[in-house]
Amino acid sequence: MTDKTVDARGLNCPLPILRTKKALQEVPIGGMLEVLASDPGSMSDFEAFARQTGDELVSAEKLDAHYRYVIRRLR
Amino acid sequence: MTQETAQNRKSLSIIVSKGALDWAYPPFILATTAAAMDMDATLFFTFYGLGLLKKKLDLEISPLGNPAMKMPIAGMHLGMPNLVAALPGVTAGATAMMKNMIEKKGVATIEELRDIALESGVKLVACQMTMDLFEFKKEDMIEGVSFGGAATYLEEAVKADVNLFI
Repeated sequence: MTDKTVDARGLNCPLPILRTKKALQEVPIGGMLEVLASDPGSMSDFEAFARQTGDELVSAEKLDAHYRYVIRRLR
Repeated sequence: MTQETAQNRKSLSIIVSKGALDWAYPPFILATTAAAMDMDATLFFTFYGLGLLKKKLDLEISPLGNPAMKMPIAGMHLGMPNLVAALPGVTAGATAMMKNMIEKKGVATIEELRDIALESGVKLVACQMTMDLFEFKKEDMIEGVSFGGAATYLEEAVKADVNLFI
């Protein structure tokens, strides 16, 4: 179960990451954020984002028409 | 934020020297993303980059002298000879076409990225010398801009992890 969802489908770099950061700040520490994106570069970007911020990329999946990420806010 | 984490934060500084529609993207994309990744970011706007801080943006792009600018048209990528690119109206046409592509592809506008930069604490510094040189007034510029010179920039740059000139 996630606390919040960001639908960044149709948005291009860097908007999915920027929307994610904004939403993550509205999730309590320890909470989970779901992000939907269509940007094919987002897989690499979300991994890098989580490594740099120290939040946890719980899952990263490529679905049929888009990508789905779950991030746990750790700080 | 604790003092320790503030000291450990990574930082980015960029000299922004160009103000055409295409050249405006890299600094704002990198600075907003840096802020999203918990980095401190400073943009120093000098010469033609300074116009990116004006309240009303009227950014344009020109194929003139820009042989790499090939637009996707009817499944091909077409450039434009300089003699044609120099004709009146071509800059306006190319700009309209680029803005249309930007919207269609879900790319942010510069106005949008600039707003996010301000919201997320990116430091926007206007070069005071360029202000004087090009006769800009402080009231021409958006709120939240600070003013400084080479020493102001270098103080940020010397401690930044990433320094770029764009």
